[in-house]
Amino acid sequence: MTTIQKKATSPIAHLSAAQIETLGHELDAIRQDVLDSRGAADAAYIRTVIKTQRGLEAGSRALLLFSIFPPAWIAGTTGLSIAKILENMEIGHNIMHGQWDWMRDPKIHSTTWEWDNASPSDQWKHGHNELHHTYTNVVGKDNDLGYGIMRVDEDQRWMPFYLAQPLWNFINACFFEYGIAAYDLELGKNLAIPKDKRSEDFKARAKQTLRKIRQQATKDYLVHPALSIPTGSFVPTLAANFTANVVRNLWTHSVIMCGHFPEGVETFEKSSIEGETRGEWYLRQMLGSANISGSAAMHMMTGNLSFQIEHHLYPDLPSNRYAEIAPKVKALFEKYELTYISAPLPKQVYSAWHKIVRLSLPNGWLAETTPANAPKQLAKLYKMTTGGPKVRRAIEARSRQEARRRSEAA
Amino acid sequence: MTDTLLRPTEVPPTLRHRLVRLAEAATTPLVPADYLDLVAPLRSGTDLRARIVDVQAETRDAATILLKPGADWAGHVPGQYIRIGIDVDGVREWRAYSLTHGPRDDGLISITVKAVPDGKVSNHLVHAARPGTLVHLEQAAGDFVLDQSATQLLFITAGSGVTPVIGMLRNLFPVTDSGVVDLPRSKDLDIVVVHVAPTQPESIFLDNLRELATHGAIRLVPRYDDQHGVLDMADLTGLVPDIAERTTYACGPGGLLDALTAHHDRAGLTLFTEQFRAGFVEAGDGGTLTVGDITVEADGATPLLDVAEGAGVLMPSGCRMGVCFGCVLPLKEGAVRDLRNGAITTADPISSANGGVPIQTCINAAAGDCHLGDKK
Repeated sequence: MTTIQKKATSPIAHLSAAQIETLGHELDAIRQDVLDSRGAADAAYIRTVIKTQRGLEAGSRALLLFSIFPPAWIAGTTGLSIAKILENMEIGHNIMHGQWDWMRDPKIHSTTWEWDNASPSDQWKHGHNELHHTYTNVVGKDNDLGYGIMRVDEDQRWMPFYLAQPLWNFINACFFEYGIAAYDLELGKNLAIPKDKRSEDFKARAKQTLRKIRQQATKDYLVHPALSIPTGSFVPTLAANFTANVVRNLWTHSVIMCGHFPEGVETFEKSSIEGETRGEWYLRQMLGSANISGSAAMHMMTGNLSFQIEHHLYPDLPSNRYAEIAPKVKALFEKYELTYISAPLPKQVYSAWHKIVRLSLPNGWLAETTPANAPKQLAKLYKMTTGGPKVRRAIEARSRQEARRRSEAA
Repeated sequence: MTDTLLRPTEVPPTLRHRLVRLAEAATTPLVPADYLDLVAPLRSGTDLRARIVDVQAETRDAATILLKPGADWAGHVPGQYIRIGIDVDGVREWRAYSLTHGPRDDGLISITVKAVPDGKVSNHLVHAARPGTLVHLEQAAGDFVLDQSATQLLFITAGSGVTPVIGMLRNLFPVTDSGVVDLPRSKDLDIVVVHVAPTQPESIFLDNLRELATHGAIRLVPRYDDQHGVLDMADLTGLVPDIAERTTYACGPGGLLDALTAHHDRAGLTLFTEQFRAGFVEAGDGGTLTVGDITVEADGATPLLDVAEGAGVLMPSGCRMGVCFGCVLPLKEGAVRDLRNGAITTADPISSANGGVPIQTCINAAAGDCHLGDKK
């Protein structure tokens, strides 16, 4: 991946400024259609989802009171995992986006909702709604690109540290909710500041996050296991809750990785968004997101983030409407000769992971490696890892030269 | 050592408190009520709600809505109103309606609603509301209530001060497209309405009064300054000879009420008053409105309530006409203009330091950059 501005052939070079503005108006019209028809059926939808989720969670937790019995453990853990995923994605994420604020129901409102996750909703809304959705895929601005710990672009200089990034990414996936909390706190940046110089705002927010984590952990790892003691199910219930949290973390991490990370999704230079028009903003959202194709149940379990393109164009439209506008959005992609990226979940997860592995290695290394030259390639990688920056740069330069010769010869 | 012993009566609250804490720890980040409300929305201890029991058509365009209120309903005095929140096209709308019946034996309450043209909520209640629907309630409110023991009444209204009186009269005699409905509880009433205005106005309320007068429910005494001269209190006895027998309810601007209070005090007559001012005046300058962390442009002609709701802010609201005070929020900075009389309210430093000046957002528009605080 290389930012769109540095590509030899830009996928938007064929569009004039006037065309981009027309595209913007056409996308505005799709939005207005939904706003005009938003009503009682949509309200009934979200209330049904919430009611179902709460019923499922309460039922699953009731089953887990008897989790010493394997069937109860399996059914309860499955139900709780699904309930937590629904709560985080179709309900929490979307409500906190303000998708349901128009109902004026104080119980289903972005300003009052708190979700079943480590990061307090206020902080998540800032990191997600204000930063990620505004600066989508702008390198250096959108921390969702690699969460500040990963190499996500060929243009980022490779260092031996990145060899471990598939491992970091897996650990981040397992404990994703804490990763999000750390990221919303900008923990890395703030911990680098000496303790006595950290801002009061950071200290207050860190305290708020720790309080939230304590409440969440008390619920899952103390109260519910303790309630299971009468059947001798303390440990099984604790294990069930831990499992449900990890399942939820792995699932949400996978879905989110599929949204902006598969091959073909574009990134952007910081300078490119200065003075960006409404039409250009729309265009960046179109090119910076990827959809997941699948069944209605799959869309529900991803919180309709499987319609990531539609969600990024219209983050505040009710999620149940994305499926209905997707064909109209796709038609605009075709009209303006842009690539609408959509593929099944396993393919997109593989694509995203492949990219992470590829970028954990020096540029070109994975593509050049064949079974025949594997020993030689490994020796090169070993040298680059153990040698200093000078050695790395020399080898990188030689690799680039060889690649150029090969392409000239071909 | 007796002072360290717990008296038996103190044990249950502590146990209850502990159980509540445990339930909260088990349901965080939600609260136990979020689950309980799904199965028992009318139970005690939760937000006040009611279930629509029946929608009885009175006429083609009016209906009485019978409601079963939640366990915490505290009852009402006839003449009081309730604020009711109902979802129309998925959007929670709050309106104030007078309670139609006195307290009933079956514990139900009712409102009689006439569908007004373009009335989003009234049309929904009359034509679309179905038994079983949950609505949201606030406890009955309103000090300007009818004394039920009095049967001889005099209403003195000035300008749009007629509004709450119309509410009372409609309560007594529902006016529908097919005429005025006579209710048994209103048959002994003897009512005179003195309506004062600068000139003869064109208003739905005046039409209502004429209709009631034609039906014989009231005797209407219109007094227009340009035709009859400014009302002098000394003329009252001439207009209403039996004024001494009547209980007087007056609603209008402060000057009229002051004069009337002095008159009735001298004569030793019973008087209930409510200050209410006339029609919307010209727009002010406008500015911006800040609520929470949202700041939007606010013109000088649009009530702050509409501006904020347009920006997606969750606002308390009620009658939307300046009567019920359900929309009051503290003004922490800036100035607002009352759209009814042009009066400017400014947040001074002292009141700001004490939480702000309470203002009605439904009849105040921005007169500069305004900052609203949270509901107290």
